[in-house]
Amino acid sequence: MHVNSVRTQKTAGKMVANEPLWFRILLISLCYLIASVLIIVPLIYVFVQAFSEGISGWWNNLFNDAETRHSVFLTLIVVPLAVLVNTVCGVAAAWTLTKFKFPGRTLLMTALDLPFAVSPVVAGLMFVLLYNLRTGYFAPMLNAIGLKVIFAWPGLVMATMFVTIPFVARELIPLMQALGDDEELAAVSLGASPWQIFWRVTLPNIKWGLLFGVIQCNARAIGEFGAVYVVSGRIERETYTMALRVEKLFQDYNNPGSYAVASVLTLMALSTLVLKIILERMVAASMEQSSAE
Amino acid sequence: MSAAKPSPNQSLGGTLRRLVSGKHRSPLPGFGPGLAVTISWLTVMLFVPLIALIAKSISLTPSEFLAAAWSDRARAAYTLTFGAAAIAAVVDVILGLLFAWVIVRYRFPGRQMLDAIVDLPFALPTAVAGLVYSSLYVKNGWFGQFLVPLGIEGAYSRFAIVLVLVFLGLPFVVRTVQPLLSSLEGDIEEAAASLGASRWQTFMRVILPSLMPALYTGFALAFARGLGEYGSIIFVSTNIPFKSEIAPMLIYSRLEDYKYEEATAIAVVLLAGSITTLMLINWLEARNRRYAR
Repeated sequence: MHVNSVRTQKTAGKMVANEPLWFRILLISLCYLIASVLIIVPLIYVFVQAFSEGISGWWNNLFNDAETRHSVFLTLIVVPLAVLVNTVCGVAAAWTLTKFKFPGRTLLMTALDLPFAVSPVVAGLMFVLLYNLRTGYFAPMLNAIGLKVIFAWPGLVMATMFVTIPFVARELIPLMQALGDDEELAAVSLGASPWQIFWRVTLPNIKWGLLFGVIQCNARAIGEFGAVYVVSGRIERETYTMALRVEKLFQDYNNPGSYAVASVLTLMALSTLVLKIILERMVAASMEQSSAE
Repeated sequence: MSAAKPSPNQSLGGTLRRLVSGKHRSPLPGFGPGLAVTISWLTVMLFVPLIALIAKSISLTPSEFLAAAWSDRARAAYTLTFGAAAIAAVVDVILGLLFAWVIVRYRFPGRQMLDAIVDLPFALPTAVAGLVYSSLYVKNGWFGQFLVPLGIEGAYSRFAIVLVLVFLGLPFVVRTVQPLLSSLEGDIEEAAASLGASRWQTFMRVILPSLMPALYTGFALAFARGLGEYGSIIFVSTNIPFKSEIAPMLIYSRLEDYKYEEATAIAVVLLAGSITTLMLINWLEARNRRYAR
């Protein structure tokens, strides 16, 4: 995605816009109007509502509410865990799927995309079917070792992981395909060890793309709602993530509280966008470099 | 499929021998561990959950399955889910084409801001989107105060569901159309123009057909996203059975009653619907791409 959008900036200069001026102005204004209605005004609204009781009100709503505090804490545990596992496994998958040809490769590629086709609620349901302690397929085992997955944080991590499976691998696969494996092959022929090849050759080449994938994975993990909603059982001070907390406060008619949490989530989303723009430039620069060499 | 070109080496025995001995075509290291990590990751997180869903659904007799998955209430929910997702995806195709066109072809102040802000629906937690959309369009909301007197109910209605899905799906279309649009060669358009085609004819006969594959993909992605969406819709919909209840919501309410079998049956229909659509669109896209050449 990013590779292409950079090409946009490069080639766009030679395109001559030969529609009449009034028509161009009309289309541009239309875009601004739609973007305002759909995106910009809602964005402003979040902050207007969150700060409707002033900065101290906003602060109180966020940090003097024990349940909200716990939801922030829980999000800070669940999201990094899910992102970490998906990053490590995503890198392994991208390496295996781009550097080697083997039967079943296409099948695995397709499987990586599958979570996009599964409703988060259905994803949550799958984990409930497997891990609930009464009728779940793994219930005997879980009861034997006394592990609670559903209605507890391990379930939240698994549900979040499921939804974010594709992000890192999907970002890396096209990048690694484009980069090819000449440099790695050269390293092998010079006697480099597998770890040396990965850390010294591959990782420096893919680092910006990897970071880009991690950031997208992270944003999606923070925002995940449906899958987490199903497996959480919504137990106060136990299984409320920030996204779930927004809904709970909204149901309790605590609008300022709800918007205060929402404003933090929105700030995270905005920083994701800013980081993305910076990284897109980095990736483009590194692609340019590798194609020039 | 990678197995499309059969070679003596690709027989099952040969494959197994290569897997066991680690002799695959590339001399790069890490095939064994990489494949092991990839397969274990996808098995635990994806394949086993999917198998659980299928196992649960075939534990029902066909008549039980039908009674759960094809009840009047379920059918009403499918109609709303698929209908709203389809309408939203069509709107997204139109708006997305407009955005991609303006961002790629025209130079104007704020272009980069517009380009960046289009990604916000990817990064923003859906609960936040639902929260904001639910209050902007009510009677005394920022937009609702003008729209409700005109009879346009943008919150707690079916229109509200479509509206929030349009928001969520927009970047999918923009980001798939954008790279293709910017890679279009200007000379084809010039040729069309020099042969006497009007700007409109050039757009309809030359540009639009070559954008079709991207528009199909964008539609499919936006549609699939809409089918599964839950987090934002519970905010903006009244969630009344037969009227404004989407399929993921029905699955959740079955789950809450501990009717796992019924929930599973509905989930299978929803999943089958979204996978079929994605496959259909893939096929259309592939066919279109072949003709476009």
